[in-house]
Amino acid sequence: MNAISTFLLRRRGGKGWHWTDVLSYLWLAIGLFLMFGPIVWLALSSFKTPANLVEFPPTMLPLDARLANVQGYDKPLPLYRVKQDDGTERVLAQVRRVGLMAQMVDPANQGELVRVPIDKRSPEREVKLATGNYTEPLQQFNFLRYFQNSIFVTVMATIITLIVNSMAAFALSKYEFKGRTAVLGIILATLMVPLSVIVVPLYLVVNEMRLFDTLWGVILPTVATPTGVFLLRQYMLTIPDELIDAARMDKASEWQIYWRIVLPLAAPALAVLAIFSIMWRWNDFLWPLIVLSRKEQYTLQVGLNAFSGELNVQWHYVLAMTVLSILPVAAIFLFLQRYITSGIASTGLK
Amino acid sequence: MSHLSLQQITKQFGAVNVLHGIDLEVRDGEFVVFVGPSGCGKSTLLRIIAGLEASNAGEIRLDGRVVNDVSAADRGLAMVFQSYALYPHMSVRQNLAFGLENSRMPKAEIEARVMEAARMLLIEPLLHRKPGQLSGGQRQRVAIGRAIVRRPGIFLLDEPLSNLDAELRVVMRAELAALHKRLAATMIYVTHDQTEAMTLADRIVVLRDGRVEQVGSPLELYNRPANRFVAGFIGSPRMNFVEASVTPAGLDVGGRRHPVSDINLAPGASITLGVRPHEVDIADVDDGTLALEISLVEQLGAETVIHGKTHLGTSFTLTAPGQGRFAVGDRIGIALPSEVHVFDETGSSVPRSGV
Repeated sequence: MNAISTFLLRRRGGKGWHWTDVLSYLWLAIGLFLMFGPIVWLALSSFKTPANLVEFPPTMLPLDARLANVQGYDKPLPLYRVKQDDGTERVLAQVRRVGLMAQMVDPANQGELVRVPIDKRSPEREVKLATGNYTEPLQQFNFLRYFQNSIFVTVMATIITLIVNSMAAFALSKYEFKGRTAVLGIILATLMVPLSVIVVPLYLVVNEMRLFDTLWGVILPTVATPTGVFLLRQYMLTIPDELIDAARMDKASEWQIYWRIVLPLAAPALAVLAIFSIMWRWNDFLWPLIVLSRKEQYTLQVGLNAFSGELNVQWHYVLAMTVLSILPVAAIFLFLQRYITSGIASTGLK
Repeated sequence: MSHLSLQQITKQFGAVNVLHGIDLEVRDGEFVVFVGPSGCGKSTLLRIIAGLEASNAGEIRLDGRVVNDVSAADRGLAMVFQSYALYPHMSVRQNLAFGLENSRMPKAEIEARVMEAARMLLIEPLLHRKPGQLSGGQRQRVAIGRAIVRRPGIFLLDEPLSNLDAELRVVMRAELAALHKRLAATMIYVTHDQTEAMTLADRIVVLRDGRVEQVGSPLELYNRPANRFVAGFIGSPRMNFVEASVTPAGLDVGGRRHPVSDINLAPGASITLGVRPHEVDIADVDDGTLALEISLVEQLGAETVIHGKTHLGTSFTLTAPGQGRFAVGDRIGIALPSEVHVFDETGSSVPRSGV
């Protein structure tokens, strides 16, 4: 506790509050709010009922009507705070509403029915988590299946991406051959071409290869990313050529040089690319939407889209499932980020 | 142990000629040192021998077999790199074993060889460490160990001591010499440091601009340099060069006469005399062949190194035994010995009948 407070109240020079301290904390607070505000709102709102979600003004916390069991009535009745003519307030349970009047009953004294004009009452509410937002889609819409599909696509695509890209990067950084710069230039040029431009030919290719409506059709077309090749190549350029010469003198085959020398040394760059790849694949929407047509093949992001119909968006489900879809990426990011900072290779060379 | 022979090795990088036809024989068990200023092509030559670089022309033979088209891995040589090039992600043990694993050697044999090399180089306690946790000298030992375990035909060493501090360099130099004796291995060693070359080599190959200037034992090179370049490169402090011309009555050194017998040059030829710093005697200003104005005095204790300018305007260095009293600005005379190295206008050594 003491360590946390000293960390949070750290100041320049340690004595007194300098104006730069105030400014720094203010700036950090704004940044924190801008970045975490939407996520906090998302997490809280995922527990709201549909009625609570569309309310204006919006509430921060998930609120729902307080209910009370009143003798003589089967269902729990919603409680309201009623302003009486003499100015006092009391809490009544509403039995039914007829036009502009509500029939209400005192939970403590069930005998008499009170007629109250509806503008004289305001609902009593409490924080209540609508966990149905989570359980219903998982049971009714087969969301676990979407989860599995997403995990499969992400893991397979990331593994293939790492292998394919690192092999290309190895060749482009460590071998001298004619046209090397030209090849690199062409690869980098494809960075400029967005998916939407090549989506139609890509679709035709996938279709011809009978990959339409399969997860492999989602995975394979984009495993070779120019970003990944470039990132890995730049890192591999920093691996000294003498190490590779030494491995050659040690009778290592070219494959062994790649697999046992270059790959382990490029681990920090591979981790960065892995994080990118996982985020791209997990959040990918357009391409899976195009390739996948059967519900059983949907990935999470496409599945989420199913909640928004033409006329009606089931925001409570969308928000809840969005939270679920964010969690794995956030966890992986935290894990791999630590690996990057600690894993930068000491080259062992002077 | 292998026997190596190079014939007319040439190498171009683009339009630049780096090696112009190198011929060389390296005998079994010999310690050969390539020495020369930076950029003379000595490292390139070593890499061509290793198979890491291809020569543009010429023939490389290992034990009589032409190996031009044999890959580095299959030539059976081992190399120690200037930066050591230890695999940073592997422990010392893995570094040593890597080359043996690649040749599919049985595990027990690998272990035996690693332990043997580790014992020999006193790195047993370090076997589990990563290269990043070793000091420069320890890394050097591991790099040598990695070559030893392979039991190569020839050890190739590319300036292996240049990353060490001066004190450690002397120690490692002695260890390398001892190692060469113990293994009776053929070694080819590249350096730009003539002291290393003199102390380690059986034979020295002096290279300049991609050409072999002279090959010979250290003392041969010291006593009978083939040309001005070798004479200036071997020996420390450097040999002094003095312009002179031949007259019927001896040599004319800037107006003063120096008697030299048996020189086979026509009178009137201009030559260069080569004089080692410790071969001269100090005389009175007017008696010596050269007059010198002292510009720097280095007291080393056992001897004194004196730098100065001669009356010809060239710089000159000499050593005097002991701790003589010299001051900057003093003028002294230099008596040249009767036996001096003589180089003609092209820089080649002029043979004398007495030598």
